Amino acid sequence: MSSAAISAGGNAHSKGKKAHADSHAAPPKIAAAEPPKELVREPLVLNGRSLAWITDAIAGICEKPMPKWWWPAFIISFGGMGMMFSLVAYLISTGVGVWGLNQPADWAWDITNFVFWIGIGHAGTLISAVLFLLRQKWRTSINRAAEAMTLFAVACAGIFPVVHTGRVWFALMPGYLIPFPNANYIWPQFRSPLLWDVFAVSTYGTVSLLFWYVGLIPDLATLRDRATNKIRGALYGLFSLGWSNSNRAWCNYEKAYLILAGLSTPLVLSVHSIVSFDFAVSQVPGWHTTIFPPYFVAGAIFSGFGMVLTLLIPMRSLFHLEDIITTRHVELMCKVILATGSMVGYAYGMEFFIAWYGGSPYELYAFKNRAFGPYWWAYWSMITCNVISPHLFWFKWCRKTMWFVWLVSIVVNIGMWFERFVIIVTSLHRDYLPSSWGYFTPTWVDVFTFVGSFGLFMTLFLLFIRFLPAIAISEVKAVTPQADPHHPLGGAKEHH
Amino acid sequence: MSAPVPQPIGLLAQYETAADILHAAVAVRDAGYKKWDVFTPFPIHGMDDAMGLKKSKVGYFTFCGGLTGFSFGMWMIWFMNKADYPLVVGGKPLFTPLFAFPVSYELTILLSAFGTIGGMFLLNGLPRLYNPLFNVKRFKKASDDKFFVFIEMADPKFSTEKTRELLQHAGASSVEVVED
Repeated sequence: MSSAAISAGGNAHSKGKKAHADSHAAPPKIAAAEPPKELVREPLVLNGRSLAWITDAIAGICEKPMPKWWWPAFIISFGGMGMMFSLVAYLISTGVGVWGLNQPADWAWDITNFVFWIGIGHAGTLISAVLFLLRQKWRTSINRAAEAMTLFAVACAGIFPVVHTGRVWFALMPGYLIPFPNANYIWPQFRSPLLWDVFAVSTYGTVSLLFWYVGLIPDLATLRDRATNKIRGALYGLFSLGWSNSNRAWCNYEKAYLILAGLSTPLVLSVHSIVSFDFAVSQVPGWHTTIFPPYFVAGAIFSGFGMVLTLLIPMRSLFHLEDIITTRHVELMCKVILATGSMVGYAYGMEFFIAWYGGSPYELYAFKNRAFGPYWWAYWSMITCNVISPHLFWFKWCRKTMWFVWLVSIVVNIGMWFERFVIIVTSLHRDYLPSSWGYFTPTWVDVFTFVGSFGLFMTLFLLFIRFLPAIAISEVKAVTPQADPHHPLGGAKEHH
Repeated sequence: MSAPVPQPIGLLAQYETAADILHAAVAVRDAGYKKWDVFTPFPIHGMDDAMGLKKSKVGYFTFCGGLTGFSFGMWMIWFMNKADYPLVVGGKPLFTPLFAFPVSYELTILLSAFGTIGGMFLLNGLPRLYNPLFNVKRFKKASDDKFFVFIEMADPKFSTEKTRELLQHAGASSVEVVED
């Protein structure tokens, strides 16, 4: 038995030897499989730029005089902002009658604009917090500008609900919105989602500002260290709080940043959920739906990424930042738009299905009226912009062609404005009794107040790129190979 | 009063790459120094272990903030809508934690964020008005592309020669005395 085994083994051995000898003589019939090629991640900073190049490229923007286009852009935006504040003054001094809203549509452009702007903000928080928790390193190139966009969008959003109350001084008076002891001995009424909204939006604005500022501290220190004149040095020095890049500080800083990301994630999800409660908690057909919170959040991220692209595509080419905000970054954002756009499309379909399946004639009527009633044009604009346009991003060409992405990003934002308009106005304009039906049309004050809010938004954004680093310098450095002590470019001697 | 004469306070060594600074940190830690720090333009992965730092305590501040926020929110709504000025609206109860939850939730997050940032500032000693290292010209590169180790003279193991040798042996491109 054993000898047979040995001989068999010996036989196999000799056969193996023979095969080996053969392989020298002629190539084997079946070639050995080549090992699969190692997949190399596309670098986040192109052309192997050095750490110093990154500092110069980003900090340089706010150190050199602004390029020529900046001033006209700023003056136009500033004019728009002035127009908005004048119209707000006109509204406050005259009354809400200067707007087109009236019974039954007593929410119209004001709340549409509010939800539109607050939704735009959501992409900034998603990029800065959610993508951070998911360890998406590509976020580092875009998070600073996106967070700034969030803050400015929240600033625009905050104006509309306050001024739509008409007598603004009541809204801002302690006791109505803000719980504070007052002469009338009354307190706000916490059973109303409108008050939840006050807390959600103000918390969101505050936490976004803090998160943004904490992220800015090391970069402000960079600007302080590079400052060539005393005023710049003093101001950047003041706001960088004496940051010294000490690792004992980085240790606490990184922990705080992680926690803030962890806090902002449930926060951003709650904000648009609570905004949707303003509608969903009511009994109005077309508003009273449980799908609203996730549907609003998806729509918010969808529109926010649209706005991020609208701002960043011109910014990257005007300031020559193509090596930091690469085509890959744009492509990834397009994919987020595709994903959230599909969710929004699904929600539109599901709303209709539930309106039919739920068996409430009022609900079904509201939805039929939405698509085929007097506001059909708004509904189908929304469908075209939000359901059809994101699906262009299935194609690589569409994601890689900058002007095309930019156009689609604007279409997305138009669509998302229409979505809010459709939800708000079509649900309200036909009340339960045909005698209280109406048709809302905006006045010129409605239109120009909204247009002016873009002026405010752009003014703030242009000032931001003028004075603050528009890309997170230290974070971008941290994702380069030079920052990795185990990478040859980071100085590692031994080969891994 | 005449200006005080600058006194040496420690040694500052410059390193050129992330790997160098990581190895230098390990060397300083293993030599048993306590009063020292590393300065890098961005957080370097693995540096906390290389320096032998303990886990950051920021989380405790977050927790305290969050707990305060949630309990304050619940208490505030109970006090305002049930205790101080009870007013029935739409036949709803004067207080339940259900309708009080969204606002308390937001306040939890708000005060957690305040706690986190306040805690981080406290632990890092920020804002800091004066830092003698900022008098060193080359230290400005700590926020650009250079890496530094600073060992304080106050450290019991400090000796000008031996410490300098340690820093240089770890690959420093320059070592200088910092005065204040």
